[in-house]
Amino acid sequence: MFGKTLMASAAALFLGGAAWAQDQSIIVQSTTSTANSGLYDYLLPIFQDKTGIQVNVVAVGTGQAIKNAQNCDGDVLLVHAKSSEEKFVAAGFGTKRTDLMYNDFVIVGPAGDPAGVGGMNDVQGALAQIADKGALFASRGDDSGTHKKEMALWGDSGFDPAAASGDWYRETGSGMGATLNAGIGMGAYVMTDRATWISFANKQDYAIQVQGDEDMFNQYGVIPVSPEKCPSVKVEAAQAFADWLVSKEGQEAIAAYKVADQQLFFPNAPAN
Amino acid sequence: MGNILQGVGDALGLAIQLVLSGDPDLLEIVFLSLRVSLTATAFACLVGLPVGALVAIGRFRGRNGVLIVMNALMGLPPVVVGLLVYLHLSRSGPLGFLGLLYTPAAMIIAQTILIAPIVAALSRQVLEDLHMEYSEQFRSLCLTRLQTIRALLWDARYSLLTVGLAGFGRAVAEVGAVIIVGGNIDHLTRVMTTAIALETSKGDLALALALGLILLIIALGVNAAVQSVRMTAARQAYV
Repeated sequence: MFGKTLMASAAALFLGGAAWAQDQSIIVQSTTSTANSGLYDYLLPIFQDKTGIQVNVVAVGTGQAIKNAQNCDGDVLLVHAKSSEEKFVAAGFGTKRTDLMYNDFVIVGPAGDPAGVGGMNDVQGALAQIADKGALFASRGDDSGTHKKEMALWGDSGFDPAAASGDWYRETGSGMGATLNAGIGMGAYVMTDRATWISFANKQDYAIQVQGDEDMFNQYGVIPVSPEKCPSVKVEAAQAFADWLVSKEGQEAIAAYKVADQQLFFPNAPAN
Repeated sequence: MGNILQGVGDALGLAIQLVLSGDPDLLEIVFLSLRVSLTATAFACLVGLPVGALVAIGRFRGRNGVLIVMNALMGLPPVVVGLLVYLHLSRSGPLGFLGLLYTPAAMIIAQTILIAPIVAALSRQVLEDLHMEYSEQFRSLCLTRLQTIRALLWDARYSLLTVGLAGFGRAVAEVGAVIIVGGNIDHLTRVMTTAIALETSKGDLALALALGLILLIIALGVNAAVQSVRMTAARQAYV
């Protein structure tokens, strides 16, 4: 008797879970910075009020987001690694990539600034100086958009940090927040996007040391997942969300989002 | 050291504030945590207890091998379970057509796989010890295997409650599996542990710790509830 009740209630709880997935809902595979900075908490209610479409965000690194979308586990991809995004579209997984918004990367470091890079605006020079002095540097090491950008900048600087991996170059293999926590814990320099940094709550004595190089530009793009590769995609709702983001209204909403009186993302979708 | 103490103090204050304010988001997360982990525990017991009992009373070739495997599976890494379930439930996986990825059902499946071996291995030990004690009596009564298992399960029910609690504890505390198959989606699949991971990644360590304290209180609550059931039942048995 008891066993039957238990089974019935267990089944009810389980199936209740499956029924939760609403029809008018889409899944966005996203980079973490847009989620951790609170941008979605600001944007999604506006979009949902207007269209009734529920947007569920899975926030992972750009590399993982792209892989998940290739497995058809998302309806829209919103990440920041342009060349990988273009490959994604070229391979037929996405219908069309559109520039959405930008901000920039910065290198944060402890107040003591052991490598003496404070105030520099030449990022390759700053990285070379960090490597030269053997100052600690914490890298994402996770194939995320930020990690890809960091590796490209190292390439330009003429240093190969991989040789010092485990020594002064520490690859955390984790998300942006976890890498900031680890880097700050060990007194290492960390490259991060500005949005994550401004909204990050565990800054301790850390400050932005290197910024302002145009090579630190950070472009975000939005791509609806292609129904040809992924028949399960909710095409209309996904397209509606992507269209809204790049519309005048969506772009204005992105520009209006501020943390500590600072704008985190700068809309730059092409006018249509 | 002073910093750490202050941090814990802040977190405690924040935890109390959160609980007292009855924050609806927090309640939603707490409720989902309990729903997912209790359901997973129920399923794990449905599978694990009979398996544990069968192995406990069975005498068969390769039994030692089975015991080693069962015990080793108690150490299944949650991330690996999460990945395996993800690969199956992903739209491109064999069960993708079910559309279960990023739902609470996926989280229940992952946690069930994670803790069923714990329930099976621990109940096997409990039931085997009990069986040794009773084996002559069982033999004199000429009980069938099914009758033996039923008698053992019933007589060991209080010890088995503790086994269930061990499974529940592991389920409600793990983050590696549910964050992969649930996706930590706000208002849909966010549970206590994934919320803690998220706040940690935002650098809001006080809030993360406060959520951790609340999770601990929930675990205490569930254990206290089970304990009171046990004591009430024991008291009635001796009236």
